[in-house]
Amino acid sequence: MIQPISATNDFVIKFANVNGSGSASANELFAKAVLRMGVPVSPRNIFPSNIQGLPTWYEARVCENGYYGRRGGVDMMVAMNPQTWDADVAEIEPGGYLFYDSTRPMPPTRFRDDVQIIGIPLTEISNAAYSDPRQRQLFKNIIYIGALSVLLDMDASVFEKLFAEQYKGKERLLDSNVKALHLGRDYVKAHIKSPLGIRVQRCDKVGDQIFTDGNSALALGLVYGGATVAAWYPITPSSSVAEAFQKYCDKLRVDPATGRHNFAIVQAEDELASIGIVLGACWNGARAFTCTSGPGISLMTEFIGLAYFAEVPATIINVQRGGPSTGMPTRTQQADLLSCAYASHGDTKHVLLLPQDPHECFEFGAAALDLADRLQTPVFVMSDLDIGMNQRLCEPFTWDDARAYDRGKVMTAEELEAGKDFGRYKDVDGDGIPWRTLPATHPTKGSYFTRGSTRDAYARYSERGADYIYNMERLLRKFKTAANLVPQPHRRDATQKTKVGVIYFGSTSPAMQEALDVLQADDLHVNALRLRAFPFPDSVNAFISEHEVVFVVEQNRDAQMRSMIINEMDIDPAKLVRVLHYEGTPITARFIAAAIRKIMRSETATVTSLPRQKEVA
Amino acid sequence: MTYIAKPSLHHPSLTLNKVGYTRRDYEGRISTLCAGCGHDSISAAIIQACWELDIEPHRVAKLSGIGCSSKTPDYFLGASHGFNTVHGRMPSVLTGANLANRDLLYLGVSGDGDSASIGLGQFANVMRRGVRMAYIVENNGVYGLTKGQFSATADRGSKSKKGAVNSDSPVDLVGIALQLGATFVARSFSGDKEQMVPLIKGAMSHGGAAFIDIISPCVTFNNHSGSTKSYDYVRQHNDAVSRIDFITSRDEITTTYAPGEVIDVQQHDGSMLRLRKLHADYDPTNRNAAMSYMAEHQARGEVVTGLLYVDPLATDLHTSMNTSKKTLNSLCAAELCPGRAALDKINAGFR
Repeated sequence: MIQPISATNDFVIKFANVNGSGSASANELFAKAVLRMGVPVSPRNIFPSNIQGLPTWYEARVCENGYYGRRGGVDMMVAMNPQTWDADVAEIEPGGYLFYDSTRPMPPTRFRDDVQIIGIPLTEISNAAYSDPRQRQLFKNIIYIGALSVLLDMDASVFEKLFAEQYKGKERLLDSNVKALHLGRDYVKAHIKSPLGIRVQRCDKVGDQIFTDGNSALALGLVYGGATVAAWYPITPSSSVAEAFQKYCDKLRVDPATGRHNFAIVQAEDELASIGIVLGACWNGARAFTCTSGPGISLMTEFIGLAYFAEVPATIINVQRGGPSTGMPTRTQQADLLSCAYASHGDTKHVLLLPQDPHECFEFGAAALDLADRLQTPVFVMSDLDIGMNQRLCEPFTWDDARAYDRGKVMTAEELEAGKDFGRYKDVDGDGIPWRTLPATHPTKGSYFTRGSTRDAYARYSERGADYIYNMERLLRKFKTAANLVPQPHRRDATQKTKVGVIYFGSTSPAMQEALDVLQADDLHVNALRLRAFPFPDSVNAFISEHEVVFVVEQNRDAQMRSMIINEMDIDPAKLVRVLHYEGTPITARFIAAAIRKIMRSETATVTSLPRQKEVA
Repeated sequence: MTYIAKPSLHHPSLTLNKVGYTRRDYEGRISTLCAGCGHDSISAAIIQACWELDIEPHRVAKLSGIGCSSKTPDYFLGASHGFNTVHGRMPSVLTGANLANRDLLYLGVSGDGDSASIGLGQFANVMRRGVRMAYIVENNGVYGLTKGQFSATADRGSKSKKGAVNSDSPVDLVGIALQLGATFVARSFSGDKEQMVPLIKGAMSHGGAAFIDIISPCVTFNNHSGSTKSYDYVRQHNDAVSRIDFITSRDEITTTYAPGEVIDVQQHDGSMLRLRKLHADYDPTNRNAAMSYMAEHQARGEVVTGLLYVDPLATDLHTSMNTSKKTLNSLCAAELCPGRAALDKINAGFR
């Protein structure tokens, strides 16, 4: 008999459920209880494009060391879905634990003899206690949480406190949830030897961190950043940005005196209209955004080109999912980098912000609105499903009340009246950013005709080559200016001098932090640079020059960030080694460390994602 | 509108309107359209209407899509900001602009290709939402800039200049606007300035989504026999439901009419639309009746013009969204940012 896994505050538990069965809130309750015990946890929803009936999973990594990336492997499976039983059972690490509903007997052939089997008659317990079918289903979820709490050595009081907060003022719901919790606890206490080899022990590693998802954080950042107009079209995984924006605005943006809204949200007929509304609002001096995912970006590209060329601010939130086409709508990727960075026909380049977690989603949501106004151009916030739709422990949001919105170069009526020269597309300050006027600024001065066709520095239609070149060169100058205004890269150096570097960004971040520790423990030293925006400031080129080999870790097939680095800075491609993970699940530290280790030890061929990456480690 | 360069110095005897502007102050750049183009007549009517309405030019935002018609906002109201957007997408840009600043007047200028072909979806949805605007389609049934292809409003059986016969059913923008909830719907003819000017004035004073379909013959590609959008055809088949006078709330009403001869419709801003009936049974405040009247008369090949439907008490998107009376683009950080203390509370809720 294989030794059962023994681990305190360091294990992966995965819940296999049926979509629409009410398991999501029970599973979140479990994660919150772990956090309340001071133990970091990072959960991930793995769900299909479906409303009800298909399999869904909730994978929670309990990790006192604070690694929030997906680890890979499962120590305990809570197998609540007969449809996926075989695959779920197969996924458990040898020595791991299988938790299941034993109400119906299962033949021995359906189990493994190298894992610990914990059968609890959940349906039987629930049916005995409740008569309503919906209650039987919902409370079965709470009963398994109760059972787990004893198995993993978690106090009932932690859960009871969470219930009390959640059902404040709804005492009936509170009582019935507490009852269900204890049904599960009592059964385990009476029948199963607890706790197991894996368990949760109180510690103090959570601190003042907050636990929230990237989409809510972005929405809140947009509220704080002063967005007043939002236009969107529903698409997974970005819809909850708009929904959260609505929720926060209803709470924070209704004028207490008049009851009127200091915001306007339009659910448009499609993504074309969404971006059109954003451009119209920004052209007219409001702060506006749209949120979408890859397919929406494809539809918006004509307008994005107009915004670039006519120099209209716009904030575009792209919560990336698996592409191309409809692709994997409920899986994660970083595969829209090229389609956003160079969106639209002709020579175009756009600003991208690359948040790593909900904290940066908040920061970059607000920053994007400032940058769009300052640079008079579209600014993309490139989140993804992993950050957007999963709750993640992160630094609390901060805001300086002295912070003023940067509205950029907007010429006032007084300046026009005083005779200040207004050339809408004229570079008067040398930074490539022209001045603009808002409609209705002055009765006779400062009006101009905004268009997507070529024009001279005074916005007069012109097809003269010299006028065109002046404008296109100025746009390049503006892009250079942008490189210094966007969030700058973060660098983490190895403890020893090394000629090996790694570049990564976005949701790869938590897995990368862990991989760097693993590699260092293996005596493999790598300096790391986390990109936080495009265009690249000079420090990116300097970092690459310092190293002989630089790994570029990203979650797409075609090494899009690597292409952008080569394209923008004329880097020798041979120097940049691809580490690519794109099968739809979040990248893991095991995958990154294995890929880098392999190259550093053998210096052989390029590493690419294997169809099933979990065996790589 | 003008297609000859004129001196920018105004003759001192030019009449000023109530806000101190001459009619010339409402002009724009020199038109680059063909001589005799119906669109230039529409530009002239817009200039006339805005001058007579005593609108300060800079209080108008003019937006358009792509095409001959969409070029025209450069040729009128030179002191207004204009936005020549992308093909078929002016309605969304106008919607956003309107949300940002509810105090300006929005003039959307589009064509039949822009609104009925590539932009049909946005046309329909902007009408549904009740965005406050005057939306003018300069409808010639043909693509001019790409040299004479049929557009989606070309009638079935009408003949192109090269002799091809259109076999597709036409898109009836007036019918769609009526069905989808536009609250001011009219049709006119670029050859009838007397009808256009009061209609444009009515649309610009309207409290909701106002739409005017103006048949505007293309002299170069669609003014031949066999075309149903030529000057001759429209003149022969024009069936006006009424003659319209636009009366501002300040004007004194002097003429008297026999009962039943006129309908007075007072809009939300106090302005009056006085309709002298040409069809005794026509009621322009009945949407369903307007739709069936249109269907019957169009089936006979008539081009029904005039004010077809108006809801004098129309409201707009801002009303349904309950947005701030102060324009959204003028709200400052103090009004928009909930501040640090609120954020600390939100943080606490995430622990």
